[in-house]
Amino acid sequence: MSTHSVEVVYRGVFQGTLAKNICRGIVLAASIDGKIGMAFGRYSDSPERNGIPAKQFAVVSDTEEELQEVLAAYQPDAADVTIVADDTMCKGIESWAWYGLQPINSMLKGGGTLLITSTQSSNKLINDIHRRDEPYDLAIIKSPASLAGKFVYKDDHTDVKILGALAKIAPHIVSLDTITQAIQDQWKDDKKVAAAKKAHDRTDTVSVSAGQGSDRPTFDFELPGWTKMGECVSIPAQSVRQDIPGREGGYTPGRSETFRKFSTRTMRPVINFDTCTKCTLCWLTCPDGSFDITPDGFYDANMEACCGCGICEDVCPVKECVTMVNEEAFDDNACQWEMWTKDKESYSAWLLGKISNRPARSHGFHHLGQYAEEIANESA
Amino acid sequence: MNPPKAATANKSDAGAADGGVRELISGSEAISHACRLADVDVITAYPIRPYDTVMQYVSKMIADGEFDCEYIIAEGEHSQFEIVKHASTVGARVFTGSSGVGWLYAFEALAVTAGLRLPVVAMVGNRALDDPGAFGTEHNDALAVRDLGWMLSWVATAQEALDTTLISYRVAEDSRVSLPCAISCDGAFLTHSQVMVDIPDKATVDSFLPPYERGKKLLHPDNPITIAPQVNEDWLMEIRMQSDQAMRRAKGVIVEAYEDFNKKFGRNEEPFIERYMMDDAEIAFVGMGTLEMPVKVGVRKLRQQGKKVGFIRIRWFRPFPTEELREALSGVSAVGVIDRDYGLGSPYNSGVLANELRSALYAADNRPKVISYIAGLGGREVSTEDVIHIADMALDAAAGGKTDDQETYWIGVRE
Repeated sequence: MSTHSVEVVYRGVFQGTLAKNICRGIVLAASIDGKIGMAFGRYSDSPERNGIPAKQFAVVSDTEEELQEVLAAYQPDAADVTIVADDTMCKGIESWAWYGLQPINSMLKGGGTLLITSTQSSNKLINDIHRRDEPYDLAIIKSPASLAGKFVYKDDHTDVKILGALAKIAPHIVSLDTITQAIQDQWKDDKKVAAAKKAHDRTDTVSVSAGQGSDRPTFDFELPGWTKMGECVSIPAQSVRQDIPGREGGYTPGRSETFRKFSTRTMRPVINFDTCTKCTLCWLTCPDGSFDITPDGFYDANMEACCGCGICEDVCPVKECVTMVNEEAFDDNACQWEMWTKDKESYSAWLLGKISNRPARSHGFHHLGQYAEEIANESA
Repeated sequence: MNPPKAATANKSDAGAADGGVRELISGSEAISHACRLADVDVITAYPIRPYDTVMQYVSKMIADGEFDCEYIIAEGEHSQFEIVKHASTVGARVFTGSSGVGWLYAFEALAVTAGLRLPVVAMVGNRALDDPGAFGTEHNDALAVRDLGWMLSWVATAQEALDTTLISYRVAEDSRVSLPCAISCDGAFLTHSQVMVDIPDKATVDSFLPPYERGKKLLHPDNPITIAPQVNEDWLMEIRMQSDQAMRRAKGVIVEAYEDFNKKFGRNEEPFIERYMMDDAEIAFVGMGTLEMPVKVGVRKLRQQGKKVGFIRIRWFRPFPTEELREALSGVSAVGVIDRDYGLGSPYNSGVLANELRSALYAADNRPKVISYIAGLGGREVSTEDVIHIADMALDAAAGGKTDDQETYWIGVRE
C-alpha cells in the first residue's frame, strides 16, 4: 500500500502543455501497473499568465481510498519528486499574490529528488536553490527549458525525457517498462520512446547535503480578514514616489510590498548607462513601473520589481543600451546603477561579459517571426 | 401608498401648501420626477418596453430645461449598465433601467455592479422573458439577480414608485450599504397607468436625501485608488463576506430611511411589507406588485362572507423581510402565495416567492401551511374571482381538506 506524489513546477502559458504531458504520463504508466491516480493543476496559481510559476501534480496510489487521502486536500502535503521545467525558478517562486516567495524545494520530502532540465552545472544550481535541513537528491536533464505551452508547442521531447529520467530516479513510482509503454500508447512514436530511454540512461543524480545551498531570504505575509480590509473592492494606490535613502534627488515609484513577482522573470535587462540618452521610453512603457529614477536622471531597472518582459529592450532606441540576458547569468538582484556609479570600468566589463555571452532566451521572443526562424534554423 | 395629508387635488393649491404639486402621471413618469428631484447626474437609456417610458419622460424634462443631467443613449443594455457603473465610481448619482431580456442582456454588468458595491439605482419594468415574444409582466427578469447583491423592491402604485426611488437612493448610497438597488414596476399596470401623484418639492427631498459621497472610495486623480483588481481564492471570500454584511446592514438602513421619509413627507408606511386586514386574519395572501388590486378587492369580498382573510404585500424582496413575515404570519394557519413568476424544477415546482417564504417560515414556532399559486404570467389578468378561488383553497388546506401544500397550483391557465 502506497501513495506517491510528483510536483511539476513550470512557467505559466509557456510550459503548460509540457507539465500536463508529464503528469499524464505518470498517471498512465501507473495505471498500466494497476494503480490509480490523478493528474491536476493548481488552477489558482494563474497558469494562464505569461511566465508565472505554476504547479501541476501527479498522484498515484494502490487504492482509491489512499488516493482520496491526498486528493481531499488542495494539493499534496509533500512531493516524492519535484520536477522543475525551467531552471531559472531554482531561485524561488512566487506563484500568486498570497504565497510570498517560496523555495523551489519547499514541498520536497527529505530524501526526495529535485529533477531539473538545465544546461547549468549541479554546483551552480545548488547555489541558486534554497538550503534545507534534510539532505535530498538533485538530478539534471541536460537540456534548455522547453517551450511547450498553451499557444506554441515545440515538440523537443522534453516531456518524454523527463518521464524517462523519472523512471531512473523513482522506479518505485514508474518503471521504465511502464513509462515507455505509456509513451508508446500516447504518441505511437518510436522516437519519443527512444528519447525517454536515452534520458533514463544518461540521468545522473548528485546528493545535496543538509544546509547546502542559498540563504537568500524568502518572504511571506499575513492576509487581512474581511473586517480589516477596505470596503467595496477599492484599494488605495501605491505612492507615486518614495525616496531612496542615500540617493538624494532620485526616487522609486511606490510598489506592492506583498506581491513582487520577480520570480516570473526568465531574463532581465542589463543597461549601458554610458550610452543611455535618458529618453525615458523604458521608464514610460514598463508595465510594472520597475524603473527607479536615479539622482543623475538615469532609469535603473529594479530587479525586485522587474518581470522580465523585455519591452524596455524593444523600445530603447540606442543599440545594446538595454539588453535582455537570461536570468541564469545572475546570482543576485543587485542594483546595476550602483555598480556603474562605483566603478564604471568594471561595470563596463561586467556588462560586456553578460551581453557577449548571452544565453538563448528560454521563453518569449524578441521579434515577430522569431519562432519560425528558430524552427527553420533547427531543421537546417 | 396613502397620499400625504397636506396634498390636495389641485396642482396650484398643492404648491402653495407644501411646495409640492399633484399631477396625473404614470408610474414611469413618477420615477422620472424622482430622478429630477434626486438631482441624478448620469442617466443611460436603451429602448425596450415597458420600462423605456421612464426615459421618454426623462428626455422630455431635459429638453424642456427642467432637469440637467448627462443623458446617454447606449448601444445596448450591457453598455447602458456599464456606463452608470463606471459613472458611479467617480461620484455621479446614476439612474438606468431595463425590462425582460434587456435586463438579462446586461447581466454581466449587473453582476459586477453588485460585486463592486456600486449604488446604481435602476428601474425594472417587469416583462416576460421572451422567446416566445411577450411583453406582458412577469417577475422573473428582476428576480434573476436576487442572489448577487442587488437590493430589490416591488412597488404597487405610481406614488410608491416615486417614493421608493427616493428611498432607494438614500439606502443604496449609504456608506454602510453601498449596494445597487432595483425598483420593479409591473409592465403596463404600473408603468403606463396614470393616477394622481403627489410630487414633492425639491427642498423637502433635499432634507431627506443627502448628496452621494464616496469619500475614500472616490475614483479621482486626487484620490488614487484602484477598483476591481484580479483576485482569486486568496481574497474573494472576504469580499463576498463584506457584501453579505452590507446586505444585512441594509435592513436597518431601510428602516431608518422609512422613519425619516414618513416624518418628512407625512406618510405612515411600514418599511418592508404592507399589511392589509391582517389583524384578525386566519389565512393570508402574500404577493408583490400590482397584484394588490384584485387581492385587496377579493379580501374585502371574502370578509363580507365572514372569512377572516388578510393580505401581505412584500415591498422589499432583497433584503428579504424574514423576521417581519414570520411575525406577521405567526397567527395564520395557511398562506396562499401568489407568484407572478415561475420556478421551473424548484422545490414543489413553486414560484420564487413561495419558496423564499417557505424557507423564511421553516424556523417559525407556528408554521402555517404555504400553498403556492402561479398566476398572471405574461401579464394575464388575475381576477377577483381567482383570488376568491385561491382563498377557498387555502381555507380548505387550513381545515385539512384535499388542497395540498406540497403542490403548486396554476391559476387562470386553460386546460
